[in-house]
Amino acid sequence: MKKFLNTPDSYVADSLAGLAAAHPLLTVVTGADAGGAGFVRRAAATRAGKVALVSGGGSGHEPLHAGFVGVGMLDAACPGEVFTSPVPGQMLAAAQAVDSGAGVVFVVKNYTGDVLNFQMAAELAVEDAGIAVETVLVDDDVAVQDSTWTAGRRGTGATLMVEKIAGALAERGAELGVVAEMGRRVNASARSFAVALTGCTTPASSKPGFLLPDDEMEVGVGIHGEPGRRRAKLASAREVAELALDAILAEPVLAGGAAGTGPVEVIAMVNGLGATPLSELYILFNEVSRLLSGRGVSVVRSLVGNYVTSLDMAGASFTLCRVDDEMLELWDAPVNTPALRWGL
Amino acid sequence: MNTDNGGGGGSAGDGDRDPAGGVNRVDTLDIATARAWIHAVALAVTARRDELTELDAAIGDADHGANLQRGFAAVEAVIGGPGYAPETVGQLLTKVGMTLISSVGGASGPLYGSAFRAIGRSLTTPEADGDQLSVALHAGLDAVRALGAAAAGDKTMVDALTPAVAAFDETVTAGGDLRAASRAAADAAEAGARATTPLQARKGRASYLGERSIGHQDPGATSTALIFAALAETLEHHG
Repeated sequence: MKKFLNTPDSYVADSLAGLAAAHPLLTVVTGADAGGAGFVRRAAATRAGKVALVSGGGSGHEPLHAGFVGVGMLDAACPGEVFTSPVPGQMLAAAQAVDSGAGVVFVVKNYTGDVLNFQMAAELAVEDAGIAVETVLVDDDVAVQDSTWTAGRRGTGATLMVEKIAGALAERGAELGVVAEMGRRVNASARSFAVALTGCTTPASSKPGFLLPDDEMEVGVGIHGEPGRRRAKLASAREVAELALDAILAEPVLAGGAAGTGPVEVIAMVNGLGATPLSELYILFNEVSRLLSGRGVSVVRSLVGNYVTSLDMAGASFTLCRVDDEMLELWDAPVNTPALRWGL
Repeated sequence: MNTDNGGGGGSAGDGDRDPAGGVNRVDTLDIATARAWIHAVALAVTARRDELTELDAAIGDADHGANLQRGFAAVEAVIGGPGYAPETVGQLLTKVGMTLISSVGGASGPLYGSAFRAIGRSLTTPEADGDQLSVALHAGLDAVRALGAAAAGDKTMVDALTPAVAAFDETVTAGGDLRAASRAAADAAEAGARATTPLQARKGRASYLGERSIGHQDPGATSTALIFAALAETLEHHG
Protein backbone atom coordinates (compact mmCIF):
# COMPACT_ATOMS: atom_id res chain seq x y z
CA MET A 1 0.00 0.00 0.00
CA LYS A 2 1.47 3.35 -1.04
CA LYS A 3 1.46 6.22 1.44
CA PHE A 4 2.87 9.73 1.66
CA LEU A 5 5.31 9.49 4.54
CA ASN A 6 8.97 9.98 5.44
CA THR A 7 9.41 7.07 7.81
CA PRO A 8 6.72 5.00 9.56
CA ASP A 9 8.25 5.93 12.92
CA SER A 10 7.80 9.65 12.33
CA TYR A 11 4.29 9.34 10.86
CA VAL A 12 2.38 10.77 13.84
CA ALA A 13 4.97 13.44 14.74
CA ASP A 14 5.28 14.67 11.15
CA SER A 15 1.51 14.86 10.77
CA LEU A 16 1.10 16.82 14.01
CA ALA A 17 3.85 19.22 13.00
CA GLY A 18 1.94 19.84 9.79
CA LEU A 19 -1.29 20.40 11.69
CA ALA A 20 0.38 23.03 13.84
CA ALA A 21 2.01 24.67 10.81
CA ALA A 22 -1.36 24.89 9.05
CA HIS A 23 -3.31 26.14 12.07
CA PRO A 24 -1.60 28.90 14.07
CA LEU A 25 -4.37 28.79 16.69
CA LEU A 26 -3.00 25.39 17.77
CA THR A 27 0.28 24.50 19.44
CA VAL A 28 1.91 21.08 19.51
CA VAL A 29 3.74 20.45 22.79
CA THR A 30 6.31 17.66 22.80
CA GLY A 31 9.26 16.54 24.89
CA ALA A 32 9.88 14.97 28.26
CA ASP A 33 7.63 17.43 30.10
CA ALA A 34 4.77 16.61 27.76
CA GLY A 35 4.77 12.88 28.45
CA GLY A 36 6.97 12.11 25.47
CA ALA A 37 4.67 12.08 22.45
CA GLY A 38 2.98 15.20 23.78
CA PHE A 39 -0.32 16.89 23.05
CA VAL A 40 -2.03 19.51 20.90
CA ARG A 41 -3.52 22.52 22.65
CA ARG A 42 -5.09 25.85 21.84
CA ALA A 43 -2.30 28.41 21.49
CA ALA A 44 -4.22 30.74 23.82
CA ALA A 45 -4.34 30.05 27.55
CA THR A 46 -7.58 28.72 29.02
CA ARG A 47 -9.83 31.55 30.20
CA ALA A 48 -9.97 31.76 34.00
CA GLY A 49 -12.91 29.78 35.33
CA LYS A 50 -13.50 27.83 32.13
CA VAL A 51 -13.65 24.05 32.45
CA ALA A 52 -11.14 22.45 30.07
CA LEU A 53 -11.94 19.51 27.78
CA VAL A 54 -9.15 17.07 27.05
CA SER A 55 -9.53 14.08 24.78
CA GLY A 56 -7.18 11.75 23.01
CA GLY A 57 -6.73 8.34 21.55
CA GLY A 58 -4.80 6.46 18.96
CA SER A 59 -3.87 8.34 15.80
CA GLY A 60 -5.34 7.35 12.45
CA HIS A 61 -8.82 8.83 13.04
CA GLU A 62 -8.05 12.35 11.84
CA PRO A 63 -9.45 14.94 12.16
CA LEU A 64 -10.44 13.34 15.52
CA HIS A 65 -9.15 14.44 18.05
CA ALA A 66 -6.56 17.15 17.37
CA GLY A 67 -8.68 18.61 14.57
CA PHE A 68 -11.36 19.40 17.14
CA VAL A 69 -9.10 21.51 19.36
CA GLY A 70 -10.18 25.14 19.40
CA VAL A 71 -12.76 27.59 20.70
CA GLY A 72 -16.06 25.83 21.35
CA MET A 73 -14.66 22.31 21.48
CA LEU A 74 -11.52 20.77 22.99
CA ASP A 75 -8.79 22.56 24.91
CA ALA A 76 -6.25 19.81 24.25
CA ALA A 77 -5.91 16.44 22.54
CA CYS A 78 -3.40 13.66 23.20
CA PRO A 79 -2.49 11.60 20.14
CA GLY A 80 -1.13 8.10 20.58
CA GLU A 81 0.67 6.00 18.02
CA VAL A 82 -1.55 4.84 15.16
CA PHE A 83 -4.49 2.93 16.68
CA THR A 84 -2.74 2.85 20.08
CA SER A 85 -3.97 4.85 23.03
CA PRO A 86 -1.71 7.61 24.35
CA VAL A 87 0.06 7.13 27.68
CA PRO A 88 -0.94 8.63 31.06
CA GLY A 89 1.94 11.13 31.06
CA GLN A 90 0.50 12.81 27.98
CA MET A 91 -2.97 13.28 29.46
CA LEU A 92 -1.50 14.47 32.75
CA ALA A 93 0.73 17.02 31.01
CA ALA A 94 -2.18 18.21 28.86
CA ALA A 95 -4.47 18.54 31.89
CA GLN A 96 -1.85 20.55 33.76
CA ALA A 97 -1.31 22.80 30.75
CA VAL A 98 -4.96 23.70 30.12
CA ASP A 99 -6.53 23.56 33.59
CA SER A 100 -7.57 27.07 34.62
CA GLY A 101 -8.43 25.86 38.10
CA ALA A 102 -12.01 25.01 37.10
CA GLY A 103 -11.18 21.37 36.39
CA VAL A 104 -10.79 19.10 33.38
CA VAL A 105 -13.21 16.79 31.57
CA PHE A 106 -11.56 13.76 29.95
CA VAL A 107 -13.54 12.58 26.91
CA VAL A 108 -12.60 8.92 26.48
CA LYS A 109 -13.68 6.51 23.78
CA ASN A 110 -14.56 3.12 25.21
CA TYR A 111 -11.58 0.96 24.28
CA THR A 112 -9.70 -1.00 26.91
CA GLY A 113 -6.41 0.80 26.24
CA ASP A 114 -7.90 4.31 26.26
CA VAL A 115 -9.92 3.59 29.39
CA LEU A 116 -6.94 2.19 31.32
CA ASN A 117 -4.53 4.97 30.34
CA PHE A 118 -7.03 7.78 31.02
CA GLN A 119 -7.94 6.12 34.33
CA MET A 120 -4.29 6.17 35.38
CA ALA A 121 -3.95 9.78 34.20
CA ALA A 122 -7.04 10.82 36.16
CA GLU A 123 -5.60 9.28 39.31
CA LEU A 124 -2.30 11.10 38.80
CA ALA A 125 -4.06 14.40 38.03
CA VAL A 126 -6.26 14.24 41.10
CA GLU A 127 -3.77 12.79 43.58
CA ASP A 128 -0.47 14.31 42.47
CA ALA A 129 -1.45 17.49 40.65
CA GLY A 130 -4.59 18.49 42.57
CA ILE A 131 -6.67 18.89 39.40
CA ALA A 132 -10.39 18.13 39.54
CA VAL A 133 -11.18 15.58 36.80
CA GLU A 134 -14.43 14.18 35.43
CA THR A 135 -14.42 11.46 32.80
CA VAL A 136 -17.03 11.06 30.06
CA LEU A 137 -16.94 7.65 28.41
CA VAL A 138 -18.21 7.49 24.83
CA ASP A 139 -19.73 4.16 23.76
CA ASP A 140 -22.12 4.59 20.85
CA ASP A 141 -21.36 1.77 18.40
CA VAL A 142 -24.33 -0.60 18.35
CA ALA A 143 -22.39 -3.16 16.30
CA VAL A 144 -20.91 -4.31 19.60
CA GLN A 145 -23.25 -5.61 22.22
CA ASP A 146 -22.92 -3.91 25.57
CA SER A 147 -22.65 -6.95 27.78
CA THR A 148 -20.37 -8.66 30.23
CA TRP A 149 -19.24 -10.78 27.29
CA THR A 150 -17.48 -7.92 25.51
CA ALA A 151 -15.42 -4.86 26.37
CA GLY A 152 -18.67 -2.93 25.83
CA ARG A 153 -19.83 -0.77 22.94
CA ARG A 154 -17.04 1.11 21.16
CA GLY A 155 -16.72 4.87 21.06
CA THR A 156 -16.96 6.21 17.49
CA GLY A 157 -18.88 9.02 15.79
CA ALA A 158 -20.70 10.27 18.89
CA THR A 159 -17.34 11.47 20.21
CA LEU A 160 -17.61 14.47 17.90
CA MET A 161 -21.06 15.34 19.25
CA VAL A 162 -19.96 14.96 22.88
CA GLU A 163 -16.94 17.19 22.29
CA LYS A 164 -18.95 19.82 20.38
CA ILE A 165 -21.93 20.09 22.74
CA ALA A 166 -20.07 19.74 26.05
CA GLY A 167 -17.37 22.05 24.68
CA ALA A 168 -19.94 24.75 23.95
CA LEU A 169 -21.34 24.43 27.46
CA ALA A 170 -17.84 24.77 28.96
CA GLU A 171 -17.32 27.90 26.84
CA ARG A 172 -20.37 29.43 28.55
CA GLY A 173 -18.79 28.98 31.97
CA ALA A 174 -20.70 25.94 33.23
CA GLU A 175 -19.18 24.06 36.16
CA LEU A 176 -17.17 20.85 35.85
CA GLY A 177 -19.93 18.47 36.92
CA VAL A 178 -22.48 20.17 34.65
CA VAL A 179 -20.21 19.98 31.60
CA ALA A 180 -19.47 16.31 32.26
CA GLU A 181 -23.13 15.50 32.79
CA MET A 182 -24.00 17.11 29.44
CA GLY A 183 -21.30 15.00 27.80
CA ARG A 184 -22.82 11.87 29.28
CA ARG A 185 -26.29 12.91 28.15
CA VAL A 186 -25.10 13.38 24.59
CA ASN A 187 -23.41 9.99 24.63
CA ALA A 188 -26.52 8.33 26.02
CA SER A 189 -28.55 9.93 23.22
CA ALA A 190 -26.30 8.89 20.33
CA ARG A 191 -25.82 5.62 18.48
CA SER A 192 -23.64 4.64 15.53
CA PHE A 193 -23.08 1.83 13.05
CA ALA A 194 -20.44 1.41 10.35
CA VAL A 195 -19.94 -0.56 7.13
CA ALA A 196 -16.61 -0.94 5.33
CA LEU A 197 -15.73 -1.71 1.73
CA THR A 198 -12.00 -2.23 2.37
CA GLY A 199 -9.65 -2.75 5.31
CA CYS A 200 -7.08 -0.11 6.17
CA THR A 201 -3.29 -0.25 6.24
CA THR A 202 -1.24 1.16 9.13
CA PRO A 203 2.01 3.01 8.28
CA ALA A 204 4.11 0.24 9.84
CA SER A 205 2.31 -2.54 7.95
CA SER A 206 2.46 -3.55 4.31
CA LYS A 207 -1.03 -4.94 4.04
CA PRO A 208 -4.56 -4.11 5.21
CA GLY A 209 -5.95 -5.42 8.52
CA PHE A 210 -8.41 -7.49 6.53
CA LEU A 211 -9.02 -8.24 2.87
CA LEU A 212 -12.45 -8.17 1.26
CA PRO A 213 -13.41 -9.67 -2.08
CA ASP A 214 -14.72 -7.13 -4.60
CA ASP A 215 -18.33 -8.14 -4.04
CA GLU A 216 -18.38 -8.15 -0.24
CA MET A 217 -18.65 -5.63 2.57
CA GLU A 218 -17.73 -5.80 6.24
CA VAL A 219 -20.75 -5.03 8.42
CA GLY A 220 -20.39 -3.51 11.88
CA VAL A 221 -16.74 -2.48 11.66
CA GLY A 222 -14.90 -0.38 14.18
CA ILE A 223 -12.38 2.34 13.43
CA HIS A 224 -9.14 0.44 13.99
CA GLY A 225 -8.97 -1.79 10.96
CA GLU A 226 -10.24 -4.75 12.92
CA PRO A 227 -12.77 -6.98 11.17
CA GLY A 228 -16.44 -6.35 11.85
CA ARG A 229 -19.23 -8.57 13.10
CA ARG A 230 -19.92 -10.26 9.82
CA ARG A 231 -19.34 -10.20 6.11
CA ALA A 232 -22.12 -9.72 3.60
CA LYS A 233 -22.62 -9.40 -0.13
CA LEU A 234 -22.16 -5.82 -1.29
CA ALA A 235 -25.54 -4.07 -1.30
CA SER A 236 -26.90 -0.84 -2.75
CA ALA A 237 -26.50 2.48 -0.91
CA ARG A 238 -30.17 2.29 -0.02
CA GLU A 239 -29.81 -1.16 1.51
CA VAL A 240 -26.63 -0.23 3.37
CA ALA A 241 -28.30 2.86 4.88
CA GLU A 242 -31.31 0.80 5.84
CA LEU A 243 -29.15 -1.87 7.47
CA ALA A 244 -27.35 0.76 9.57
CA LEU A 245 -30.48 2.69 10.53
CA ASP A 246 -32.32 -0.51 11.46
CA ALA A 247 -29.56 -1.29 13.94
CA ILE A 248 -29.50 2.26 15.34
CA LEU A 249 -33.27 2.77 15.53
CA ALA A 250 -33.66 -0.51 17.41
CA GLU A 251 -32.06 1.29 20.36
CA PRO A 252 -34.63 2.47 22.92
CA VAL A 253 -33.25 6.01 23.07
CA LEU A 254 -33.97 6.51 19.38
CA ALA A 255 -37.08 4.38 19.06
CA GLY A 256 -39.49 7.06 20.26
CA GLY A 257 -40.76 8.02 16.82
CA ALA A 258 -41.22 4.50 15.58
CA ALA A 259 -42.89 3.52 18.84
CA GLY A 260 -45.25 6.47 18.57
CA THR A 261 -44.13 8.13 21.82
CA GLY A 262 -43.52 11.55 20.35
CA PRO A 263 -41.29 13.30 17.87
CA VAL A 264 -37.65 12.29 17.65
CA GLU A 265 -35.33 15.08 16.56
CA VAL A 266 -31.80 14.08 15.65
CA ILE A 267 -28.47 15.35 14.49
CA ALA A 268 -27.62 12.91 11.68
CA MET A 269 -24.05 12.28 10.59
CA VAL A 270 -22.84 10.26 7.64
CA ASN A 271 -19.11 9.97 8.21
CA GLY A 272 -16.48 8.72 5.79
CA LEU A 273 -13.91 6.26 7.14
CA GLY A 274 -11.08 7.77 5.09
CA ALA A 275 -11.12 6.63 1.50
CA THR A 276 -14.74 7.08 0.46
CA PRO A 277 -15.54 10.03 -1.84
CA LEU A 278 -17.83 12.75 -0.52
CA SER A 279 -20.19 12.05 -3.42
CA GLU A 280 -20.80 8.53 -2.08
CA LEU A 281 -21.37 9.91 1.42
CA TYR A 282 -24.06 12.22 0.00
CA ILE A 283 -25.65 9.27 -1.80
CA LEU A 284 -25.84 7.55 1.59
CA PHE A 285 -27.14 10.69 3.32
CA ASN A 286 -29.89 10.98 0.74
CA GLU A 287 -31.04 7.50 1.72
CA VAL A 288 -30.74 8.32 5.43
CA SER A 289 -32.83 11.43 4.99
CA ARG A 290 -35.49 9.58 2.99
CA LEU A 291 -35.64 6.62 5.37
CA LEU A 292 -35.80 8.72 8.53
CA SER A 293 -38.64 10.90 7.28
CA GLY A 294 -40.56 7.73 6.60
CA ARG A 295 -40.04 6.60 10.18
CA GLY A 296 -41.09 9.72 12.04
CA VAL A 297 -37.56 10.88 12.80
CA SER A 298 -36.83 14.51 12.08
CA VAL A 299 -33.30 15.46 11.03
CA VAL A 300 -32.79 18.91 12.56
CA ARG A 301 -29.04 19.17 11.80
CA SER A 302 -26.76 17.14 9.60
CA LEU A 303 -23.08 16.56 9.05
CA VAL A 304 -21.60 14.79 6.03
CA GLY A 305 -17.85 14.33 5.63
CA ASN A 306 -14.73 12.69 7.01
CA TYR A 307 -14.63 13.33 10.75
CA VAL A 308 -13.87 10.06 12.55
CA THR A 309 -11.79 8.04 10.15
CA SER A 310 -9.85 4.81 10.04
CA LEU A 311 -6.78 5.72 7.96
CA ASP A 312 -7.44 4.70 4.34
CA MET A 313 -10.47 2.51 4.97
CA ALA A 314 -13.26 2.83 2.43
CA GLY A 315 -16.58 2.87 4.20
CA ALA A 316 -19.01 4.97 6.15
CA SER A 317 -20.40 5.26 9.63
CA PHE A 318 -23.85 6.50 10.54
CA THR A 319 -24.55 8.37 13.79
CA LEU A 320 -27.86 9.65 15.09
CA CYS A 321 -27.93 11.83 18.20
CA ARG A 322 -31.34 12.58 19.66
CA VAL A 323 -31.38 16.19 20.80
CA ASP A 324 -33.49 18.50 22.92
CA ASP A 325 -33.56 22.31 22.62
CA GLU A 326 -30.61 22.83 24.95
CA MET A 327 -28.39 20.33 23.14
CA LEU A 328 -29.37 21.78 19.78
CA GLU A 329 -28.58 25.33 20.88
CA LEU A 330 -25.14 24.18 22.08
CA TRP A 331 -24.58 22.35 18.80
CA ASP A 332 -25.29 25.63 16.96
CA ALA A 333 -22.96 27.66 19.19
CA PRO A 334 -19.80 29.07 17.58
CA VAL A 335 -16.93 26.67 17.01
CA ASN A 336 -13.51 27.39 15.51
CA THR A 337 -11.38 24.29 15.03
CA PRO A 338 -9.50 22.92 12.02
CA ALA A 339 -12.29 20.44 11.26
CA LEU A 340 -15.49 22.10 12.50
CA ARG A 341 -16.02 25.83 12.07
CA TRP A 342 -19.30 27.73 12.15
CA GLY A 343 -21.27 30.51 13.84
CA LEU A 344 -18.32 32.88 13.98
CA MET B 1 9.24 -30.78 34.16
CA ASN B 2 12.86 -29.88 33.62
CA THR B 3 14.15 -29.98 37.18
CA ASP B 4 17.77 -30.39 38.18
CA ASN B 5 19.45 -33.60 39.25
CA GLY B 6 18.67 -33.17 42.89
CA GLY B 7 15.20 -31.82 42.17
CA GLY B 8 11.93 -33.01 43.60
CA GLY B 9 10.58 -32.92 47.11
CA GLY B 10 13.01 -32.51 49.93
CA SER B 11 15.84 -31.10 47.89
CA ALA B 12 15.73 -27.70 49.53
CA GLY B 13 17.43 -28.91 52.67
CA ASP B 14 20.08 -30.74 50.67
CA GLY B 15 20.78 -27.64 48.69
CA ASP B 16 21.10 -25.54 51.81
CA ARG B 17 23.68 -27.87 53.32
CA ASP B 18 25.68 -28.32 50.18
CA PRO B 19 28.58 -26.02 49.48
CA ALA B 20 27.94 -23.57 46.67
CA GLY B 21 27.95 -25.41 43.36
CA GLY B 22 27.53 -28.82 44.93
CA VAL B 23 23.88 -28.86 44.05
CA ASN B 24 23.15 -26.76 41.01
CA ARG B 25 20.43 -24.65 42.59
CA VAL B 26 19.54 -21.01 42.11
CA ASP B 27 17.69 -19.83 45.17
CA THR B 28 17.73 -16.08 44.78
CA LEU B 29 17.15 -13.55 42.04
CA ASP B 30 19.69 -10.76 42.26
CA ILE B 31 19.72 -7.42 40.49
CA ALA B 32 22.16 -8.52 37.77
CA THR B 33 20.06 -11.56 36.93
CA ALA B 34 16.86 -9.51 36.93
CA ARG B 35 18.51 -7.07 34.51
CA ALA B 36 19.54 -10.03 32.34
CA TRP B 37 15.93 -11.24 32.39
CA ILE B 38 14.57 -7.89 31.21
CA HIS B 39 17.27 -7.74 28.53
CA ALA B 40 16.23 -11.22 27.38
CA VAL B 41 12.61 -10.05 27.21
CA ALA B 42 13.64 -7.08 25.08
CA LEU B 43 15.56 -9.35 22.70
CA ALA B 44 12.71 -11.85 22.50
CA VAL B 45 10.13 -9.13 21.85
CA THR B 46 12.26 -7.82 19.00
CA ALA B 47 12.86 -11.30 17.58
CA ARG B 48 9.17 -12.20 17.76
CA ARG B 49 7.74 -8.78 16.93
CA ASP B 50 6.24 -9.87 13.62
CA GLU B 51 4.74 -13.02 15.11
CA LEU B 52 3.02 -11.01 17.87
CA THR B 53 1.82 -8.50 15.31
CA GLU B 54 0.38 -11.23 13.07
CA LEU B 55 -1.52 -12.73 15.99
CA ASP B 56 -2.84 -9.25 16.80
CA ALA B 57 -3.79 -8.60 13.17
CA ALA B 58 -6.09 -11.62 13.27
CA ILE B 59 -8.18 -10.49 16.24
CA GLY B 60 -6.95 -7.02 17.18
CA ASP B 61 -5.24 -4.14 15.47
CA ALA B 62 -1.80 -5.46 14.50
CA ASP B 63 0.35 -3.43 16.84
CA HIS B 64 1.15 -5.64 19.85
CA GLY B 65 4.66 -6.47 18.64
CA ALA B 66 5.50 -2.87 17.81
CA ASN B 67 4.09 -1.57 21.11
CA LEU B 68 6.05 -4.03 23.26
CA GLN B 69 9.20 -3.45 21.25
CA ARG B 70 8.87 0.30 21.80
CA GLY B 71 8.21 -0.27 25.52
CA PHE B 72 11.13 -2.60 26.20
CA ALA B 73 13.46 -0.42 24.15
CA ALA B 74 12.49 2.44 26.48
CA VAL B 75 13.04 0.14 29.47
CA GLU B 76 16.49 -0.85 28.21
CA ALA B 77 17.41 2.80 27.77
CA VAL B 78 16.35 3.60 31.35
CA ILE B 79 17.71 0.63 33.30
CA GLY B 80 20.75 0.14 31.07
CA GLY B 81 21.96 3.69 31.58
CA PRO B 82 25.19 4.22 33.50
CA GLY B 83 23.49 6.39 36.12
CA TYR B 84 20.85 3.84 37.08
CA ALA B 85 21.76 1.83 40.18
CA PRO B 86 18.80 0.20 41.94
CA GLU B 87 19.33 -1.08 45.47
CA THR B 88 16.83 -3.92 45.29
CA VAL B 89 15.38 -6.23 42.67
CA GLY B 90 12.07 -4.61 43.53
CA GLN B 91 13.27 -1.13 42.63
CA LEU B 92 14.48 -2.39 39.29
CA LEU B 93 11.20 -4.12 38.44
CA THR B 94 9.15 -1.14 39.65
CA LYS B 95 11.17 1.04 37.27
CA VAL B 96 10.47 -1.42 34.47
CA GLY B 97 6.75 -1.13 35.22
CA MET B 98 6.71 2.66 35.35
CA THR B 99 8.63 2.87 32.08
CA LEU B 100 6.20 0.50 30.35
CA ILE B 101 3.25 2.57 31.60
CA SER B 102 4.81 5.74 30.23
CA SER B 103 5.91 4.37 26.85
CA VAL B 104 3.68 1.57 25.53
CA GLY B 105 0.14 2.89 25.44
CA GLY B 106 -2.76 0.67 24.44
CA ALA B 107 -4.02 -1.82 27.00
CA SER B 108 -0.76 -3.72 27.26
CA GLY B 109 1.16 -0.70 28.62
CA PRO B 110 -0.95 -0.22 31.76
CA LEU B 111 -1.44 -3.97 32.22
CA TYR B 112 2.20 -5.08 31.92
CA GLY B 113 3.34 -1.88 33.61
CA SER B 114 1.06 -2.42 36.58
CA ALA B 115 2.11 -6.07 36.81
CA PHE B 116 5.83 -5.24 36.94
CA ARG B 117 5.17 -2.37 39.33
CA ALA B 118 3.18 -4.58 41.70
CA ILE B 119 5.84 -7.29 41.52
CA GLY B 120 8.56 -4.72 42.19
CA ARG B 121 6.76 -3.08 45.10
CA SER B 122 6.42 -6.46 46.75
CA LEU B 123 10.18 -7.12 46.66
CA THR B 124 11.91 -4.94 49.24
CA THR B 125 15.14 -6.83 49.89
CA PRO B 126 18.27 -6.58 47.67
CA GLU B 127 17.73 -10.13 46.38
CA ALA B 128 14.52 -12.15 46.27
CA ASP B 129 14.04 -15.83 47.12
CA GLY B 130 11.42 -18.21 45.77
CA ASP B 131 8.83 -17.50 48.44
CA GLN B 132 9.19 -13.76 47.98
CA LEU B 133 8.94 -14.07 44.21
CA SER B 134 5.87 -16.24 44.54
CA VAL B 135 4.16 -13.59 46.66
CA ALA B 136 5.28 -10.91 44.20
CA LEU B 137 3.96 -12.79 41.17
CA HIS B 138 0.60 -13.14 42.89
CA ALA B 139 0.62 -9.37 43.46
CA GLY B 140 1.34 -8.89 39.76
CA LEU B 141 -1.52 -11.16 38.77
CA ASP B 142 -3.86 -9.35 41.18
CA ALA B 143 -2.88 -6.00 39.65
CA VAL B 144 -3.65 -7.22 36.14
CA ARG B 145 -6.97 -8.69 37.20
CA ALA B 146 -7.97 -5.55 39.09
CA LEU B 147 -7.10 -3.21 36.23
CA GLY B 148 -8.29 -5.27 33.29
CA ALA B 149 -11.21 -6.97 35.03
CA ALA B 150 -10.49 -10.11 33.05
CA ALA B 151 -11.07 -13.60 34.41
CA ALA B 152 -9.56 -16.89 33.32
CA GLY B 153 -11.07 -18.00 30.01
CA ASP B 154 -11.69 -14.48 28.67
CA LYS B 155 -8.89 -15.00 26.11
CA THR B 156 -6.43 -12.51 27.57
CA MET B 157 -2.95 -12.46 29.14
CA VAL B 158 -4.62 -13.66 32.35
CA ASP B 159 -4.97 -17.08 30.70
CA ALA B 160 -1.18 -17.40 30.56
CA LEU B 161 -0.38 -15.47 33.73
CA THR B 162 -2.69 -17.42 36.05
CA PRO B 163 -1.27 -20.91 35.37
CA ALA B 164 2.27 -19.53 35.29
CA VAL B 165 1.95 -18.01 38.76
CA ALA B 166 0.33 -21.20 40.07
CA ALA B 167 3.08 -23.40 38.61
CA PHE B 168 5.79 -21.16 40.04
CA ASP B 169 4.10 -21.25 43.43
CA GLU B 170 3.69 -25.04 43.43
CA THR B 171 7.28 -25.68 42.40
CA VAL B 172 8.67 -23.40 45.12
CA THR B 173 6.38 -24.94 47.72
CA ALA B 174 7.57 -28.42 46.69
CA GLY B 175 11.16 -27.35 47.26
CA GLY B 176 12.16 -26.62 43.68
CA ASP B 177 14.65 -23.85 43.03
CA LEU B 178 14.11 -20.75 40.90
CA ARG B 179 15.25 -22.51 37.73
CA ALA B 180 12.69 -25.25 38.22
CA ALA B 181 9.99 -22.80 39.25
CA SER B 182 10.55 -20.45 36.33
CA ARG B 183 10.71 -23.35 33.86
CA ALA B 184 7.45 -24.71 35.25
CA ALA B 185 5.94 -21.22 35.01
CA ALA B 186 7.16 -20.78 31.43
CA ASP B 187 5.75 -24.16 30.37
CA ALA B 188 2.43 -23.40 32.06
CA ALA B 189 2.25 -19.96 30.46
CA GLU B 190 2.98 -21.44 27.03
CA ALA B 191 0.28 -24.08 27.52
CA GLY B 192 -2.11 -21.39 28.76
CA ALA B 193 -1.41 -19.21 25.73
CA ARG B 194 -1.99 -22.12 23.34
CA ALA B 195 -5.22 -22.95 25.14
CA THR B 196 -6.61 -19.51 24.26
CA THR B 197 -6.97 -20.50 20.60
CA PRO B 198 -10.41 -22.13 20.84
CA LEU B 199 -11.75 -19.47 23.23
CA GLN B 200 -14.10 -16.62 22.35
CA ALA B 201 -12.69 -13.29 23.52
CA ARG B 202 -14.68 -11.51 26.22
CA LYS B 203 -12.33 -8.64 26.98
CA GLY B 204 -10.29 -6.18 24.96
CA ARG B 205 -10.53 -5.38 21.29
CA ALA B 206 -10.83 -9.02 20.23
CA SER B 207 -14.18 -9.22 22.03
CA TYR B 208 -15.73 -7.06 19.28
CA LEU B 209 -15.34 -10.01 16.94
CA GLY B 210 -17.56 -12.30 18.96
CA GLU B 211 -17.35 -15.83 17.60
CA ARG B 212 -14.88 -14.70 14.93
CA SER B 213 -12.23 -14.45 17.64
CA ILE B 214 -12.32 -18.23 17.99
CA GLY B 215 -9.44 -20.10 16.37
CA HIS B 216 -6.71 -17.52 17.00
CA GLN B 217 -4.15 -17.55 19.81
CA ASP B 218 -4.34 -14.46 22.01
CA PRO B 219 -1.40 -12.09 21.44
CA GLY B 220 -1.35 -10.88 25.07
CA ALA B 221 -1.21 -14.42 26.43
CA THR B 222 1.56 -15.14 23.91
CA SER B 223 3.69 -12.21 25.07
CA THR B 224 3.13 -13.24 28.70
CA ALA B 225 4.49 -16.69 27.87
CA LEU B 226 7.45 -15.01 26.18
CA ILE B 227 8.26 -13.06 29.36
CA PHE B 228 8.24 -16.23 31.50
CA ALA B 229 10.29 -18.12 28.90
CA ALA B 230 12.87 -15.34 29.07
CA LEU B 231 13.04 -15.71 32.86
CA ALA B 232 13.51 -19.48 32.61
CA GLU B 233 16.20 -19.16 29.95
CA THR B 234 18.01 -16.45 31.87
CA LEU B 235 18.13 -18.57 35.03
CA GLU B 236 19.19 -21.67 33.09
CA HIS B 237 22.22 -19.77 31.82
CA HIS B 238 22.91 -18.23 35.20
CA GLY B 239 25.90 -19.26 37.31
